[in-house]
Amino acid sequence: MSKSFSAIGQAEQGEEIDREAFTPGIEPQATWCPGCGDFSVLKALKGAMPEVGRTPDETLLVTGIGCSGKLNSYFESYAMHSIHGRSLPIARAAKLANPGLEVIAAGGDGDGYGIGGNHFMHTARENHDMTYIVFDNEIFGLTKGQTSPTSPKGHESKTQPHGSAKDPIRPLSLALTSGASYVARTAAVNPRQATEILTEAIEHDGFAHVDFLTQCPTWNKDAKQYVPYTDVQDSEDFDFDVHDRQEAAEMMHETEDKLYEGEVLTGRFYIDEDRRSYGEEKRSTGEMPEEPLAERYFDEEADWERSYDLLDAHK
Amino acid sequence: MTGDELIWRIAGGSGDGIDSTSQNFTKALMRTGLDVFTHRHYPSRIRGGHTYVEVRAADHAVKSRGDGYDFLLALGDSFARNPQDGEAYYGNEEVKPLTENLDELREGGVIVYDEGLLDTDEVENFDERVEANDWHVYPLDLRSLAREHGREIMRNTAGVAATAALIDMDTGIFEELMADTMSGEMLETNVEVLEEAHAVVSEMEFTHDLEVPTGSHDEEQVLLNGSHAVAYGAIDEGCRFIAGYPMTPWTDVFTIMTQHLPSIGGISEQVEDEIAAASLAIGASHAGVKAMSGSSGGGFALMSEPLGLAEMTETPLVLVEAMRAGPSTGMPTKPEQGDLEHILYTSQGDSNRVVFAPGTVAEAYEQSREAFRVAYEYQIPVVIVIDQKLSGELASVPASHFDREPNPDLGSVLSEEEIQEAPHHASGTFNRFRHDPEDGVSPRSIPGQKDGRFLATGNEHTPQGHIEESPDNRVAQVDRRTRKLDSIREDLDEQEHSNQTYYGPEDAEHGIMVWGSQQGSVEEAVDRLNEQGESVKMLGVSDLMPYPKADVTAFLESVDECLVVEMNITAQFRGLTQKELGRFGEKMSSLLKYNGNPFEPAEVVEGFDIQVNGGDEPPTAQTRIEPAAGD
Repeated sequence: MSKSFSAIGQAEQGEEIDREAFTPGIEPQATWCPGCGDFSVLKALKGAMPEVGRTPDETLLVTGIGCSGKLNSYFESYAMHSIHGRSLPIARAAKLANPGLEVIAAGGDGDGYGIGGNHFMHTARENHDMTYIVFDNEIFGLTKGQTSPTSPKGHESKTQPHGSAKDPIRPLSLALTSGASYVARTAAVNPRQATEILTEAIEHDGFAHVDFLTQCPTWNKDAKQYVPYTDVQDSEDFDFDVHDRQEAAEMMHETEDKLYEGEVLTGRFYIDEDRRSYGEEKRSTGEMPEEPLAERYFDEEADWERSYDLLDAHK
Repeated sequence: MTGDELIWRIAGGSGDGIDSTSQNFTKALMRTGLDVFTHRHYPSRIRGGHTYVEVRAADHAVKSRGDGYDFLLALGDSFARNPQDGEAYYGNEEVKPLTENLDELREGGVIVYDEGLLDTDEVENFDERVEANDWHVYPLDLRSLAREHGREIMRNTAGVAATAALIDMDTGIFEELMADTMSGEMLETNVEVLEEAHAVVSEMEFTHDLEVPTGSHDEEQVLLNGSHAVAYGAIDEGCRFIAGYPMTPWTDVFTIMTQHLPSIGGISEQVEDEIAAASLAIGASHAGVKAMSGSSGGGFALMSEPLGLAEMTETPLVLVEAMRAGPSTGMPTKPEQGDLEHILYTSQGDSNRVVFAPGTVAEAYEQSREAFRVAYEYQIPVVIVIDQKLSGELASVPASHFDREPNPDLGSVLSEEEIQEAPHHASGTFNRFRHDPEDGVSPRSIPGQKDGRFLATGNEHTPQGHIEESPDNRVAQVDRRTRKLDSIREDLDEQEHSNQTYYGPEDAEHGIMVWGSQQGSVEEAVDRLNEQGESVKMLGVSDLMPYPKADVTAFLESVDECLVVEMNITAQFRGLTQKELGRFGEKMSSLLKYNGNPFEPAEVVEGFDIQVNGGDEPPTAQTRIEPAAGD
């Protein structure tokens, strides 16, 4: 247990964690519409936290902007509700600053695959030990129904009145290509699987990307409610090795195509347990201290180097 | 001509080691006891293209580049690109080390050029100009000299040796310097080239009488630039995290920090873009680490939105903005002070930030430290504004300037014990953003601390951080955040050392105001003007936000009129002063420069003469006068 951050590692001391600890004492009235898939993410996340053994005080939940960004308004933990598309760079730096924290980032499909796409690619590439939950509802909801990066080709909206001429982005394939070491898709209508996947993702030592299908009952009425869904691990129709990059890539491609044909495939698509996390990589080259950097500022015994001792090269 | 100062210029091609050669030469002069100052001119190009470094050394304090120079060492540009025939669009690059540098060479000056690479027949009217200006020309085949005793690339060493011989310096000091950075055969051959060239030139007959001045220092000096100073200030304030993306001239601060951080337990992150860079600094700071980022104008534009997030979430953040000439890509390697308004006001909503613009290398260190102290104490972003001039110019500074205690204090952060005592909301959430603190600062907790949970959001929020748009809460939070700036102004005014610099006789009739990197040139101009019988003093302003109203008001009230010197065309600092003070419009005129080169002292003297005494503007002037309101 950390001296200055006594919340970190509490559970290892044997403390039982109640999922209700993640419900704010006075919960702000949710701004999500009735029937919104976002409620399921909140519920699954609250369910996963006791499983992974982390408390609200040692968890940092960083979100972007949109309906999804409100997640940390209804989830009790340390939190930052940041700006559109930028949850990942903020979250990964917090993890570097204090690796003892459980860092989770969340945002929508526009946030993560559109405006923040560059950060998604690079955070996955670096394989930070953190979890990224993308609320994928194939639409811009909070701004009232514009076409999003995952909207199907031909999607009509006020910003694409003649139907989108663009193929949708392939979130799972993009995560894999970029370097994510855990890639999964789950759906709001599948709470048991969602909780399991979020638990695995949080426990995974590397960048875990969860594409979370969240129906938007207000602005995406035409879209599927993501039922029925198939769990690719449970189904006999699919046989692929989740640890094999090639097979995973093919399975992802098929899954992404199928979604727009009305078939919802969910489950784990890629898991690489061998790839070292970014923190481990940086520590191995001496570019990151062994002890959490944040601890040092609270250590009164710490010795702070001075520039005066670096001046030899200037004499 | 044995004066109290020497200005030496080494010119050649980009990629030919002009920069490192000049640094060694500068250091050598510093070690002999002289004060030194350099000015760099280089293209945005890796290989080839005219570049020069000017080194000014004197037995007294030097604060800027001089007017013109005494000694030209023209090396070849080994990567020069010229068309086989016809006129080259950018001129004949091969002879630029000569042609580009003759206009500013003083009468009676010395020219050493590498006749192995340069041909004066290709320089228009060379002989006539030499005669007219009484220049002393020494053609030397530096290339062959270097080749004979070492390798061709060592012609810079041969050039330095030739310079030393011509100004009566011996080679010992250069050998010591070489031994600091080289060893083995490399060192041996370089020393051989050095000694041989020195011997050859010493035997020549000299027609000039220019010699190196002699000086002595009371204490040990170090040679460093504004980028070092900013980085060292950060290190001494306990900054152990930097995130960045390369961009000239900001890259210097980024690389200096990156060079040192791993060995002192810090982390440096080169990331995908400047939006990420600023966001990482925010994330690290939020998690309890002293962090910084920065860029030059274009990258800083990308940081606008994270900057606003830091303001709204009251996350301490230090950003460096190393200005270069804009708009857009502008002139990447040329200085300008055109980003002032961009830095003050970028990002949506009312600005809530602190901006410091140090005027010298020494100030860059002090104000970098001040930036971190203020950022973490008041939970506010602070921008340190430097430019291509300050970031790259080397100056000698007493080593003792850096002999200070580190301050890793995280500022207004609570310990876990204090959090237990601090007010919490009925929901159990820590009141991170209380309405009531008189100085505007509501102490924060750090993720991982027990019972310190709160939501930091870019939306307007309640004391617990929850999104809230009620008018009463809005007014309370805006007022409190704004009160922080008043507190910071009071705090800065109470400091023993003001960030503002005063220079010249206190009772002078006329004033010159300047901000940031042009301060040194103006100080020299003030000296000359007073020597000419004028009555002039200077105020160098570093605090741009919160604006030092009392300091500037007192200064402007004490003078009859004031010339505001800055490197942009829209007189941004003068505009800021008028906005902040609401008067003095009729007292302030502007002297502006935007040609890509910093002010020379003589230009300030000339500008003053035109504005104050009605002198004639020379047709060749590269500056512009903007009269006071009503003039």
